[in-house]
Amino acid sequence: MTTRIVELRRGILKKNDELAAGLRQRFTSAGVLVLNLVSSPGTGKTAFLELTLRALRERGAHAAALVGDLETDNDARRLAASGAPVRQINTHGICHLDAEMVSKHLDGWEGVSLVGLDYLFIENVGNLVCPSSYDLGERIRVALLSVTEGEDKPLKYPGLFNSSDAAVITKIDLAVPCGFDRELALKNINEIRPGIRVFETSAKTGAGMDEWLAYLLEQAQPS
Amino acid sequence: MHELSIAASIVEAVTESASAYPGARVKAVRLRVGALASVIEDSLQFCWELASEGSPVAGAKLVINKLPVIVHCDSCSVDSEIEGVQSFRCPRCGELAADLRQGRELEIESIELEEPEPQESKPMESKTDVPDVVEEQT
Repeated sequence: MTTRIVELRRGILKKNDELAAGLRQRFTSAGVLVLNLVSSPGTGKTAFLELTLRALRERGAHAAALVGDLETDNDARRLAASGAPVRQINTHGICHLDAEMVSKHLDGWEGVSLVGLDYLFIENVGNLVCPSSYDLGERIRVALLSVTEGEDKPLKYPGLFNSSDAAVITKIDLAVPCGFDRELALKNINEIRPGIRVFETSAKTGAGMDEWLAYLLEQAQPS
Repeated sequence: MHELSIAASIVEAVTESASAYPGARVKAVRLRVGALASVIEDSLQFCWELASEGSPVAGAKLVINKLPVIVHCDSCSVDSEIEGVQSFRCPRCGELAADLRQGRELEIESIELEEPEPQESKPMESKTDVPDVVEEQT
């Protein structure tokens, strides 16, 4: 028997990456800004997104959302109350969304065409680990953490925070009762992803939403 | 637990590449995994056994080469390896360094195949060659 070494040098998730690159091209040519929202379960992604969708609608922007969950369409129903088109992706046990799931759910989405959209939000499955490996073709990856989760979340999940383009702190209305150390949280985020834009928000009081919306409008401008 | 999806992707890719070498057995698969790839080694090894079972790559060893994070420092104009993944600072000057040059890799570097000896490759020549070499040595 002889031994042969075959150099492959290929990405393990090459298929996903290629599909995501195709989606990114599609999104860019349709002129839609796509954001991938990632956080732990319970951070408040859905409440934050609901408020975002409403606010964008009030400003005359066309926004839609794909929502990933293991099971149930509760989140899609909740978000649909904002008036925006929403489609649920049930992963049935898979802990992250991948480019193929996104692609499949864009097809045959009644009443929605990418060309008519300004924003498409993809709410990922609640998980801070696995979604960081899967490119969905988004232009902006947003990592969210709530004040109830502790200031060291970015240090515990550097893979996600380092690959994100923006960070959103949610539930800041609970900062005081939770003893949330704001300075420490901001420092930790910056240690893991130097220079990242951070938004401090509350879906309950609406705090920080103006800054977040200004960011969305600025990012949607064709460069 | 996306290690199972990752393991399944490796099985698929390796099976495809190895099919170009009929009769060969895959002995090992070497990976390059960055410190920021969000992959747990033990979990991936466990899932590899599950995912490869019954496939043409069953029994192959998974060798994981872990890569540290390398950042580029704008002030020093130097790429440096950083220790751990808790602080992205240039180890020379201590400044924050956002420019990542290594650490997110999740790739198959190579596969090691065991192939049967090529029977038809001029056995006469090799037989005469071998004693010549041995004689020279003695």
